[in-house]
Amino acid sequence: MGALTEAFRLIITLDPDLFEILWLSIRVSLIALIISAVISLPLGTWLAITRFPGRKFCILLLNALMGIPPVVVGLLVYLLLSRSGPLGWLGLLYTPSAMIIAQVVLITPIIAALSNQVIENLHQEYSDTFYSLGVTGRRAVVAYLVDARYALTTCILAGFGRAIAEVGAVIIVGGNIDHLTRVMTTAIALETSKGNLTLALSLGTILLALSLLVNSLVIGVREYAAKRQYA
Amino acid sequence: MNTLRSANMPSSLLPIRISDLRLIKGDRTVLAGVNLMIDKPGITVIMGPNGAGKTLLLRCLHGLIKPDQGQITLGQLRVAGSRDQQAMVFQQPVLLRRTALQNLAFAAPEIAKSEPQRLIQALESVHLADRAHQPARMLSGGEQQRLSLARALLSEPALLLLDEATASLDPASVLVIESLVKAQSAQGTKVILVSHDQGQARRLADDIVFMSDGRVAEQSPADQFFIAPQTPVAKAYLAGEILF
Repeated sequence: MGALTEAFRLIITLDPDLFEILWLSIRVSLIALIISAVISLPLGTWLAITRFPGRKFCILLLNALMGIPPVVVGLLVYLLLSRSGPLGWLGLLYTPSAMIIAQVVLITPIIAALSNQVIENLHQEYSDTFYSLGVTGRRAVVAYLVDARYALTTCILAGFGRAIAEVGAVIIVGGNIDHLTRVMTTAIALETSKGNLTLALSLGTILLALSLLVNSLVIGVREYAAKRQYA
Repeated sequence: MNTLRSANMPSSLLPIRISDLRLIKGDRTVLAGVNLMIDKPGITVIMGPNGAGKTLLLRCLHGLIKPDQGQITLGQLRVAGSRDQQAMVFQQPVLLRRTALQNLAFAAPEIAKSEPQRLIQALESVHLADRAHQPARMLSGGEQQRLSLARALLSEPALLLLDEATASLDPASVLVIESLVKAQSAQGTKVILVSHDQGQARRLADDIVFMSDGRVAEQSPADQFFIAPQTPVAKAYLAGEILF
């Protein structure tokens, strides 16, 4: 109980260490999310509206990658960025950039697979009309992305939720270095193992609040879209 | 709305020649050698019982379905080459998740940029000017179909295809759609309309194509068809008998 009270005190007094970790977590996850969205939304849309040999395999692969264990992603990115790895010369290992890369690898299949399903459904509905109106190529892709904006927002929020709560990959490639690569999840793991429950509980509370916020946003977006017949 | 085509100028996609059109779905021949020549302007109504192949024929004409066999020419063009001169209104209107006005702007981006007032005129023509900024999918079924028609007409098509576009709509919407279709036809657009509604066919049709079992059973001027249908199947259909 004492630890919990102390945890709330840290939050209320805007403890600098706590908020440094919080800010880094949000910054890393948001940048990863933006990069991932730029890759995964067009990819998911393209897979939904084009037909080519191997398309079904690509979708299957994306769906399978949704469940890839974070530690495996962490290991792969580590091998890629380690000094003897192909991208070792960039010197990114144990930096926030490495954590961003790991999160991008982790959430891109999630957003791409979810958006693929959203656009696939929309494509079934729109394809005859688009054909009739002569809407093809880039114009069609943009139209699908615009019209599915609310559903895609929920896909993106799901990706953010996954990124911010991730621990396995970022601890491998980030190293959990104090004031450099320590984010909420890795700090919780470390502080718990050290028996420092105060900071761990503070961060856990914030993480839980963020999770609630993201899920509230998802529900809010869905309800708004349904009300406006934009779902 | 139609500014490029002068009144009564015949559609550039005439004559429409369909020869030996065959389409097989699964193990069923759904179009069994359709032969048809449509060379007169005006409104052609395709009638026939369910499963006769009316919608499939229309979709083949529009290029939405590739037939397994046979040929379609529209004027001097094949279906693919005539696509930008055609427009189609489907039985179920599919509108984008945007406002009514944005739906029109999407269909005609150049008009939206250079002559945006034409989009408002298009909405006025279907009595939807006051709904311009409403989400299109919140409109009633009849309003959505009227918006679909306005959207189709923005491209000033030489050939307008309507697939049971007024089925289960309110009388007011039917009246608006029929008036617009007649006006468009008078301006030279060739209209081909699939309908089960005999009253509508009597009101609109210049000629009738009657289909049965994936074939054209009869083609005749509308007056003649309703007074003296040539085939037993058409007679039975007009008499209201249930055909399979």
